[in-house]
Amino acid sequence: MSRSGVSPADLDSCSPAAPVNASWQAAVLTSGRWLVIILGLGCASLLVLIVSLRFGAETVGFSEILRILLLALQNERAGLESAGAVGVIMLQVRLPRVILAFLVGGCLATIGAGLQALLRNPLADPYVLGISSGAAFGAALAMLLGIGTSLFAVSALPLCAFLGGLLSILVVYRITISYGYLPVHTLLLTGVILNAIFSALIMFITSMMDPNRSFGMMTWLMGTLTAPDYPTLGVLAVYFVLGMLVLFSQARSLNLLTLGEEAARALGVEVETVKRTVFFAAALMVGAIVSVSGMIGFIGMVVPHAVRMVHGPDHRLLLPASALAGGSFLVAADTVARTLLAPAEIPVGVVTALAGGPFFIYLLVARKGRLAV
Amino acid sequence: MTAAYQINHLKFRYGNERRGAVSPWVLNGLTFEVQAGEILGIIGPNGSGKTSLLKLLAQVLRPREGTIRLFGCEMSAMPQDVIALSVALVPQDTQVVFPFSITEVVLMGRFPHHQQAGLLGGFGWDGPEDLRLAEQAMRETDVLHLAARPIGDISGGERQRAIIARALAQEPKILLLDEPTAFLDLHHQLEIGVLLRRLNDERRLTVVLSSHDLNLASQCCDRLLLLDEGTVVRMGRPEEVIRPEVIEPVYHCRVLVDRHPESGMPRVTLPGRKPATSRQ
Repeated sequence: MSRSGVSPADLDSCSPAAPVNASWQAAVLTSGRWLVIILGLGCASLLVLIVSLRFGAETVGFSEILRILLLALQNERAGLESAGAVGVIMLQVRLPRVILAFLVGGCLATIGAGLQALLRNPLADPYVLGISSGAAFGAALAMLLGIGTSLFAVSALPLCAFLGGLLSILVVYRITISYGYLPVHTLLLTGVILNAIFSALIMFITSMMDPNRSFGMMTWLMGTLTAPDYPTLGVLAVYFVLGMLVLFSQARSLNLLTLGEEAARALGVEVETVKRTVFFAAALMVGAIVSVSGMIGFIGMVVPHAVRMVHGPDHRLLLPASALAGGSFLVAADTVARTLLAPAEIPVGVVTALAGGPFFIYLLVARKGRLAV
Repeated sequence: MTAAYQINHLKFRYGNERRGAVSPWVLNGLTFEVQAGEILGIIGPNGSGKTSLLKLLAQVLRPREGTIRLFGCEMSAMPQDVIALSVALVPQDTQVVFPFSITEVVLMGRFPHHQQAGLLGGFGWDGPEDLRLAEQAMRETDVLHLAARPIGDISGGERQRAIIARALAQEPKILLLDEPTAFLDLHHQLEIGVLLRRLNDERRLTVVLSSHDLNLASQCCDRLLLLDEGTVVRMGRPEEVIRPEVIEPVYHCRVLVDRHPESGMPRVTLPGRKPATSRQ
């Protein structure tokens, strides 16, 4: 007899020999499955991009779109000139705008997914949390003081927006430190309060401006995408892609963080480093996004949610899949915004808020017990 | 015998001292050793510091004063992922916000082994060896048939066993368990006891567990550490600790201690109501 009382013989041999599901490994995310899903989503995104190029004040046929894109890729100046005004509309107006929409939507969705893991709350979103309005305040202040002369200059504007967003994030960070996570009610209250404070400040700034500029600012605040020139777009793309890669690199740590900070730490995650990295990257990206496109809400909450329902919560897949799905979503929303009442334009933030707001309420009401899925 | 842990004048309290919020000491100067290859049970009343002590041993919390040495190395100087290569912690309760499957949660135990692996740094795909270890761990804790289920959809006891499977997949040298049997029925309580004993025999796994169940602790553990108000009351073999004169002043109630009919280990019973002799 061993020194202790328990021995295997005490266990009833008829212990529930439950039928073992032989295909349990099918649920494991392999690099192969990852690649298939990402490639599939990538193709779908490309399709959305091309289809959305078709719509606008002037409808262009698909063959024409493809011809112009191919010519542009081959750098065929002569061929493009033969396309005339249509070519100019395509390449100078629609294409940069669609790419911008894709980048902004992708970033917002990725940031949303990252914040949701960090705060252990599936309702987190830069807009709901008041990070966007913090950034908007920073940008508005910069405009009032004339730091950024034109509305969409990639100058000091993103920096000021970043500082404003960082201010909001610091408030959220303080609160998570005292709770260890962000309970739903605290999250919503924090967002409401931050949004209220920053809206008041922005209204104050608007009232200080002359009416012409304040109208421009109002449309910008509602979330508008305007075709940037290509150098600007290039700078933004570098900015956004780097930010997303930083978030992707934290994917496994974020998986573990959803089990709670202490559990993650016990599994070897340097929790504070991950938190600071994600919060900082989020503030930086939101700053850049808000300075070019104003406040576009709810993508960061709706898209990761939908992706999680289809592909599961593993952040190695969730983050890049959200980026692609979020990009496509905003491209589609922007297409609606610029064609529905053409030639007039609805701010795209209005479209996303009208789509996302009711979804948010549905989540709060229908899933009040378990917000997890 | 080498020491897995050497704990020296360990003091801990919660709260932020810079802001003047000074709370009482949760652990007030503990000094003891955990031998490599033993099963140590930490017992004591509610609020005696059992959970905090386990968290300190995994460096989830950091000591305010005193030192912890892990296999001779000062723990505060070790990176978290290096500690996680040899120490696994099974917390009292795990709340999972997102619908991870049990397989995914168990595979998270492979995290410290993947820190340097994989394209894109953080991605670290799970290889055949990881899957084999995860399967073995799930079989040992009897959750393999639940492998594809979301962890939020299963019972507390099943979740507890899945988390133990995650700790086993971590391949630790030391396993820390906080109230491992709190949510388990009799069968699974026994199963966890047998499993811990077997891992201890086969792999020389060092186990530190906290428990309210004095009988289970007495049956499972080589030595017991009795805590009260953050100090060590007594440490020793179960028959040295589970004694009425030791237990009663700590738990503030009268207990009966006799011998387990099979193992001969001490057994604790609460005093009972004497049966009414005659009702007529």
